[in-house]
Amino acid sequence: MKTKSSVLVKIQEKGFSVGEVVESVKAASKGIGAVVTFLGAARDFSKGSVITGLDFEHYPGMAEKKLIDIRERALKNFDIIEMAIVHRTGKIEIGEDIVVIAAASAHRNDAFMACEWAITELKRTTPIWKRETTKSGEVWVSETP
Amino acid sequence: MITVRFFAMLKSLAKTEVKEYSVSGPVRLEELKSMLKKDFPALSGVLDSRSILISINQEFASRDAVVKDGDEVGLLPPFSGG
Repeated sequence: MKTKSSVLVKIQEKGFSVGEVVESVKAASKGIGAVVTFLGAARDFSKGSVITGLDFEHYPGMAEKKLIDIRERALKNFDIIEMAIVHRTGKIEIGEDIVVIAAASAHRNDAFMACEWAITELKRTTPIWKRETTKSGEVWVSETP
Repeated sequence: MITVRFFAMLKSLAKTEVKEYSVSGPVRLEELKSMLKKDFPALSGVLDSRSILISINQEFASRDAVVKDGDEVGLLPPFSGG
């Protein structure tokens, strides 16, 4: 049987449906009154350069563990009922979605706080790297912190 | 065998994803870094940067950690997910 984390936390190449992710957290309880989502999308500029595409790499195994850990800490430290996190990897076109986090709670404030914390923690602790394609070539974003 | 995995810009600099070292006993991370700098001169300028994190068996490790036979070491440039 799949654990909840393996259903609600995913790193995948294919796109995701924000609506399906929202429904997956709403299914946890009839006591949910608010779902807050963060959606990260691929924009066409970065630090003054035109970006024509993105490519994400992750550390298989460790990145999944870090996302599961974020969900579990969010459930422990915030008054939320459920959280889902889906991050894409591989090539992503401009305008496409990269990551979605959905936090569900009885009241909106808890979900807002948990969602904001989770995306900040994802960026801080999850071994995922972005490579930007510009007119002058491909650049790992970590090369220019 | 200690397996070292390179990611993102470090993979580009090393021109490989993985390097394996046979060891006869525990090795300090500092010693492992010296071995890496010798085998991958392109990494010598960045391996000591505080922005490079190191994992052992997929958990963050401190710089004075010791690795042993069978461990997997990850060299992790600054993350840029999300």
